[in-house]
Amino acid sequence: MKKVLVSGKVEGIVLKSEKPINFLGTVDKKTGIISDENHDLYQKSLKDTVLVFPSGVGSSVGAYTIYSIKSNHTAPLAMICQKVDLTVATGCALANIPLITISDEEFSLIKNGMMISFDTESNQIHYQ
Amino acid sequence: MELTKEEESALKGEHGEIMQMAYRILVATGEATDAEKLVPIEWAHLSGVNYNTIGDAGEEFLSGISKHARVRVKTTLNPMGFDIDNVSNYGLDENFISRQLSIKNSYEAMGVIPSFSCIPYEIFDIPKNGTQVAFAESNAAIHANSYDNLKTNKESAFSALASALVGKSPYSSIRKEDNPNITIRMKVKNPNELTYGMLGFFAGKVGDTSVNVSGLEKMDKRQTKAMCGGMGTSGTCAKFIFGEGDSDCEKIDFDEKEMQNVHDELNTAEKGDIITLGSPQLGLDEISDLAGKLKGRSFQKRCMVFMPRTVKEQSTKIGYTAQLERAGCEILSDCCTCLSPLISKDSVDAVTTNSIKGAFYLKNSNGVGVNLKPLLQIVEDETR
Repeated sequence: MKKVLVSGKVEGIVLKSEKPINFLGTVDKKTGIISDENHDLYQKSLKDTVLVFPSGVGSSVGAYTIYSIKSNHTAPLAMICQKVDLTVATGCALANIPLITISDEEFSLIKNGMMISFDTESNQIHYQ
Repeated sequence: MELTKEEESALKGEHGEIMQMAYRILVATGEATDAEKLVPIEWAHLSGVNYNTIGDAGEEFLSGISKHARVRVKTTLNPMGFDIDNVSNYGLDENFISRQLSIKNSYEAMGVIPSFSCIPYEIFDIPKNGTQVAFAESNAAIHANSYDNLKTNKESAFSALASALVGKSPYSSIRKEDNPNITIRMKVKNPNELTYGMLGFFAGKVGDTSVNVSGLEKMDKRQTKAMCGGMGTSGTCAKFIFGEGDSDCEKIDFDEKEMQNVHDELNTAEKGDIITLGSPQLGLDEISDLAGKLKGRSFQKRCMVFMPRTVKEQSTKIGYTAQLERAGCEILSDCCTCLSPLISKDSVDAVTTNSIKGAFYLKNSNGVGVNLKPLLQIVEDETR
């Protein structure tokens, strides 16, 4: 764990993208499904996953999209990024979704479908 | 990031949900920008007001928190989508109007001063030198840092709102570091406000958090605002420092060639169907100057003139409003060229303006062509 942006304790299944995510315009704010056909997570639902991706990109208004999917119960349980960006940081803060960053090595070890858990209090991540 | 005991307990929710959320935003922003602590601020200026930019999600969020959230420091806010006095003339749909009014009501319920202006530095008293503030409007943050001796990061809509609710901001970026490694040397002769807008746009692209700029002559308000507006649109840079800077600073010339590059990027039409003035909104000095320039002349096409409501009230008292209207100007308060729903590509192919900031958003958000000209040229070409 490099940085804790929004603290919390979670356990869930990894949904991983190798591509950055632009929450405004890529994620359907009602269903939490990726609606951009050029994205590697096209048609995947973010609901109740631990979303692992390099970083957010695009308009800061994307933070409201993160808030919307949380209000619509279609948000991830937590997010893990390689690099922080203000849109994802403030979006997760608004929605109270735990958000941490990890090293590049750890990022490459985490695979789609793995069970992952972390606790920002004890600074521990477990995955298998 | 180090928090005090009091801040820790607010983050844990001991001061209610709104405070907890506000602290979460400040901590997330602070961690993202390597802040070491929070510092008290005396004034917040919010963006995220126009329904065009924040949409339904923003409107619903604000409506939800406004029931309990109250700002703790003086808080002002950016323009919205229309002028409430004449919105019926513009054919906006009912949904836009009602959602925009809901946003307006939410901010007012939170105790925000309904200034609807992107030039807070021109219409409010400036606090004493070195005061920490939290401005989300980019041109205003740059103006505050560069000309008003205030200290602010280029805040996001969220960090500014959280700062208003808590009365503190993350101590990071330009608040603590003021040491640019780039000096831009102004080499263009006889600059007007359009030249300064392009200089700002260029500076925003090459600068990181701040830049030195040398070779400037004495500038008027129109020119300084154009430079701040230009820089705010093109990057993350939040401050101009006037002078050559240290000898080890990288020197970059802003010459005719660089200026042409910016011009080619933003000037996409040979002429406009309408004219817009005011992005940033015009202050009283500019209104007075414009009224003088228009004496005995009138526009041959629509000319929209954007100014804060307080400036309009002063202008009306002095008589400028009547003079401008006689010259064919359409005067609008509470809103701005930038991200306006009042200019649509369904009815307009291209817009003439002297604003680089306006040009950027007209091109990228409204999707219309842009014809760039300095004000003097606009008056000469478009009035009789």
